[in-house]
Amino acid sequence: MMKLLKLKPSVGLLSIPYSLIFIFFFFIPLVLTFIISFWDYNEYSIIPDFIFENYSYIFKDCFNFEKDMCVTFKTYLSTFMFCFITWFFTLIIGFFVAYFLAFYVNSVTWQIVLFLICTIPFWTSNVIRMISWIPLLGRNGLVNDFLLYTGLTDIPQEWLLYSGFSIVLAFVHLYTLFMIVPIFNSMMRIDKSIIEAAYDNGANGLQILWNVIIPLCKPGIVIGSIFVITVVMGDFITIGIMGGQQIPSIGKIIYVEMSYLQLPAAAANAVILLALTLLIIWIMTKMIDIRKEL
Amino acid sequence: MNKNLTRRKMLKTSTAALGAVAGAGLLKGFPAIHAADAPVIRYLGTAVNMGDAVQKRLFDDTGIKVKFIVKTTDEVVKTIFTQPNSFDIVDSEYFSMPKLVPSGNLLGMDTKRIKEWDNVTSAFTKGEVAGKKIGDQGTAPKKVMYLKGAKSKEFASEPTQYVTLIPTVYNADTLGIRPDLIKRPISSWAELLNPEFKGKASILNIPSIGIMDAAMVVEAMGEYKYPDKGNMTKQEIDLTMKIFTEAKKAGQFRAFWSDFNESVNLMASGEVVIQSMWSPAITAVRTKGIPCVYQPLKEGYRAWAAGFGLPATTKGRQADICYEFINWYLSGWVGAYLNRQGYYSAVIPTAKKYMEAYEWDYWMMGKPATADIMSPEGKKLASKGEVRDGGSYEARMGGVACWNATMDENKYMVRKWNEMIAS
Repeated sequence: MMKLLKLKPSVGLLSIPYSLIFIFFFFIPLVLTFIISFWDYNEYSIIPDFIFENYSYIFKDCFNFEKDMCVTFKTYLSTFMFCFITWFFTLIIGFFVAYFLAFYVNSVTWQIVLFLICTIPFWTSNVIRMISWIPLLGRNGLVNDFLLYTGLTDIPQEWLLYSGFSIVLAFVHLYTLFMIVPIFNSMMRIDKSIIEAAYDNGANGLQILWNVIIPLCKPGIVIGSIFVITVVMGDFITIGIMGGQQIPSIGKIIYVEMSYLQLPAAAANAVILLALTLLIIWIMTKMIDIRKEL
Repeated sequence: MNKNLTRRKMLKTSTAALGAVAGAGLLKGFPAIHAADAPVIRYLGTAVNMGDAVQKRLFDDTGIKVKFIVKTTDEVVKTIFTQPNSFDIVDSEYFSMPKLVPSGNLLGMDTKRIKEWDNVTSAFTKGEVAGKKIGDQGTAPKKVMYLKGAKSKEFASEPTQYVTLIPTVYNADTLGIRPDLIKRPISSWAELLNPEFKGKASILNIPSIGIMDAAMVVEAMGEYKYPDKGNMTKQEIDLTMKIFTEAKKAGQFRAFWSDFNESVNLMASGEVVIQSMWSPAITAVRTKGIPCVYQPLKEGYRAWAAGFGLPATTKGRQADICYEFINWYLSGWVGAYLNRQGYYSAVIPTAKKYMEAYEWDYWMMGKPATADIMSPEGKKLASKGEVRDGGSYEARMGGVACWNATMDENKYMVRKWNEMIAS
């Protein structure tokens, strides 16, 4: 940054507005959250202090392996699981949708039209989108009516709603677009002549996909993955509504603590969540250098 | 969604009102002195029981305007702590008082300035209904009603001139059921954990209220008798949560809910046939034409109560306007409006004046309706011949077993509740 400032003053100037926004609305609040996570609190106020109680409380009983797994580990385990499964399905679906859009649809107009169709899930509010699953997946919903009518089952299937299944379904439905966009973007940058060259050298479709397209799409895949993983890690609304509030999430714990004004405890949880999410992103960026690829 | 809708309507109305005021100013060619003078009260609360009709009537009667700041129960409390000057009057629940009063952010309310103070129902002031003591476990209003002085941060055990909140509305809550799907009488809180309803039960995921429903169930099952459900020891919290954790693991609950509309959806769709529910949610299910009963139970009701408070900094003209507003609120029209929604007004005699005799008989006396009963919005709630669930005011409020509560072990309770959700 300093170097840039010396070399090209205009670049430094141009970056000032964004830097200010970043500092005031992201960096300072984050530092405050970190500081407050060491404060004490009572029913109605937070008290400046330097204690580790908020953190030790989170990991209380977590290293006593004779007992059941502690809430914190259980919650993170379930969050990681949702993250992984959602990531997996959004990646597979997102990749092939992007592939279709980039390589099978030749007209730009159609690409735009189909792309807009992908955004349909975002036309309604988050809550409505999720509530609308109930008439479909519920005990008396369409899917169960169909299963009963065709005689595939004798009793309504309850695992369809308020379960891990429905949560993953909602996540995939909501966030596949976050995968499609960056992967599609990467694919559009691939020089078609490279694919032709591979073809000319005798590679078959699968080999081209594996050895040419996927490596060149890596930046898009990583960016899409970062989007999906960070969103799922912090989510509590989707997990809450689709899981019938019976499945834990870190976001929900933080939310409950905040509504009971246990702000330092919530801050400590937030710091841990942030650290873990950053760790995952760090590992992913180790696997691929986004800056270089872009 | 309902809330948003009313808020949006409210925004519209207030904008329109503003426009009208500005327009009037222009026409007369005067600077908007009168418009600036028209008192506006910033009203912080959940506003679930406030509609456009209230605002209109208020303006016609007093010339006061209300600007609603609509938030959830927990957010209202948070706002009093963190932005105590962002509102002029707050509509809060009594169970928040043990948390709020020590902060000193609320003003002691002067009962001498309340015209109808002597008519405030004895359920608030003495914990009695029709001369009979009612359950006072939990944060019963009488425990947190009186202050030692106008600026005091301590509760007084004996009646004083200063109170924490001026009571407005209250109700007795119980379980809601779908009689068409259960097909047999329900008479005990214990039924919530009856394996017969496995996968078809629900409880609300708001720890401070959910724990009270849970305690009612545990006691009804005969597992334990609490000395005070509303102020459990750590061991009692552990015990309660253990029973519910086991039930949850066995698949008793279809879902938990934390938003009013979720409870309506669960019940209306038939996903759930028995659950903790609030009175307006029952109404919402019924107006869809789906049978739903607010089932009276032999162990009694869990009650709640709300009232108006003022920020500690209120004084002078601002205080005059707020007291005028409160006096208007208790003068009967709103009381009747609340009673017609199935709540109870804090000042009953004034509300009676604004209700038709058949309405009074249905809502307050527990008599069969002699004509169709309509909601304040004009929707049909009950047909001729029907009787209100739970019956009369005396039967319902007299049957209160406990109140929504803030416990001494609140922090521990929230933690344990989260553990149950995670199990």
